[in-house]
Amino acid sequence: MNSSQSAHSPGQSASPDPGSADGSHEEAASLEFRGVTKRYPGQGEAAIEDLSLRVEAGEICVLVGPSGCGKTTAMRLVNRLIDLTEGDILIDGTSVKDRSPAELRRHIGYAIQQIGLFPHVSVGDNIGTVPRLLGWDKQRISTRVDELLELVSLDPHDTRDRYPAQLSGGQRQRVGVARALAADPPLLLMDEPFGAIDPINRERLQNEFLRLQARIQKTVVFVTHDIDEAIKIGDRIAVLKKGGKLAQYATPAELLMYPADHFVEDFVGADRALKRLALQRVRDIDLWKAAEARVGEDTREVRRKLEDADLTIPLLVDEQRRPIGWLSHRALEGERVEEKLRSPAEPIVELDDILRDALSDLLSSETRYAPVVDGDGHAAGVLSLEVIGRFLHTAPSEARTGADLVVDEEQEASPAEP
Amino acid sequence: MNALNAIVLPIAQTDIQGRSGDSCIATNGFCPSWIADNIGEYVNPFLEHIYLTVVSVGIGFALAFALAVLAHRVGWTFGPISGATQVLYTIPSIAAFFLLLPITGRGNLTAIVALVAYTLFILFSNIMTGLGNVPDDVKDSARGMGLTDRQLLWRVELPLAMPEILAGLRIATTTTIGLATLAFFAGGGGLGVEIASGADRVFKSNVAVVGALAVLLAAVFDLLILGFQRLLTPWRAAARA
Repeated sequence: MNSSQSAHSPGQSASPDPGSADGSHEEAASLEFRGVTKRYPGQGEAAIEDLSLRVEAGEICVLVGPSGCGKTTAMRLVNRLIDLTEGDILIDGTSVKDRSPAELRRHIGYAIQQIGLFPHVSVGDNIGTVPRLLGWDKQRISTRVDELLELVSLDPHDTRDRYPAQLSGGQRQRVGVARALAADPPLLLMDEPFGAIDPINRERLQNEFLRLQARIQKTVVFVTHDIDEAIKIGDRIAVLKKGGKLAQYATPAELLMYPADHFVEDFVGADRALKRLALQRVRDIDLWKAAEARVGEDTREVRRKLEDADLTIPLLVDEQRRPIGWLSHRALEGERVEEKLRSPAEPIVELDDILRDALSDLLSSETRYAPVVDGDGHAAGVLSLEVIGRFLHTAPSEARTGADLVVDEEQEASPAEP
Repeated sequence: MNALNAIVLPIAQTDIQGRSGDSCIATNGFCPSWIADNIGEYVNPFLEHIYLTVVSVGIGFALAFALAVLAHRVGWTFGPISGATQVLYTIPSIAAFFLLLPITGRGNLTAIVALVAYTLFILFSNIMTGLGNVPDDVKDSARGMGLTDRQLLWRVELPLAMPEILAGLRIATTTTIGLATLAFFAGGGGLGVEIASGADRVFKSNVAVVGALAVLLAAVFDLLILGFQRLLTPWRAAARA
């Protein structure tokens, strides 16, 4: 159950949207808050104050902050469940104020923590709610319902005619997400959708959601109070503080590397360096180069390689360059390399491993370095505590302040990529 | 008390002894043979009773429903409506019949107006309770998906309030069946006529038949509405399973 999905990168996969099959596909929409303020009558402090941020089409923007920071309010302004006081919100350049609330909402997916499934109708009818409001015919709705149930990993035949009360919590949550996606909206609002799920299932649902998002590529506004969830889910994270003030809007890596102020620093937590490791894979950082040796190879050749290598101990590999172990000095005493190991190659790390997991492997094996292999098992370098330490002190991009909110695509990419 | 006698006595003058000659009757006993001989006498009052009940509860439900929708939409109207229906509910039923007599005269109308007034509070309160029990997250998600207020009411709130609404209907129906036995005071007919027709009003056979018919009627209506409720809310059975 570990985080094989943690280091997702935005907009990478581009498989076709299953929703496009019925010709209803709407492209993901961009979303822009422009100087948005929400003030409730009789309250001194604004709930949201002068909030400006832009979410690009197909991105997941996470609104995160302590309770009372206005993150849910900000989300509900988008589909006009709450009307804004000042400023404007634009979806693909069109103001939400120019559309009737009901019409607007039918084109914005909506999923909430309590799910809010209709207990009196079947799962199929729940999912078909918005398509029915939009006047789709029965056949089309029915096809779409089955398609969505499969998309969220539920068996259509087993599930569609059940009532919500007959499902488990995780299944209900999946139905909630399917319902939000029913009419293939270009924008999705999710308010703590996994908040009421136990930790193990939450992690699974998060991973499923990221896989799903990689396929459907919606623009998503995702509200959570959990910074770890924000870091895992978000392409971009907006940290809000009390009174709906935007403290920082940045990519997860930037947020962890350069918190804009003490508030953000406190909020992301003292372990932010470790959190960054969850965002990167082993292939993303500069690995050490090892001197590779084969049994029977000329020892002078190996000694020459050692001069180029980053560590003084040669790595014994087999004919396919698969790591076998670390050679002892005695292995090089003769003319030919002998199979005399000081230690076996334990653990072996893969290029696709999450850096945090790889570090955990090193620490639990009580070793300072480990050979790295590619997908075919060939040696690809060495990961060491020093390498990880150096990575943590390297900037993911040019240093910037919290006021400097706009980040271009280049800098968003993995920092230590060679 | 005089006024009461003035109304009751003419009806009561039909001599119970005249219907059948039996020693059981002379002792005011419970006489199966008398019941068998006279059961035909009860058909019309029984049908009248059903008529009074159905019409009163029907009109009461329509009114209470309209009032509840109003109170649900326009929050501040809840207090006044609730208060007014409650006042109507607390007026003693016999007093209501006599209060109405000068306005609506003797007959069905008076009886029905009074009976309707009694159902309002029960039905209104239950419909409001039902609407109030609809979970907030369900309403929020419904609005968030773009249901209009009207769609929310008809497609979500009312179906979910159905158990409480139908529970109210059962109480109102049973209460009305009971109260309708007093409708004869207003000249409204019903089974009460037969109770009142016992000369000394202690003739056990007569009272037993009327009572049994009223209880039977109440039980049948109750089961009908209960069956209707099962039919309308299959999701509740599914939730329990």
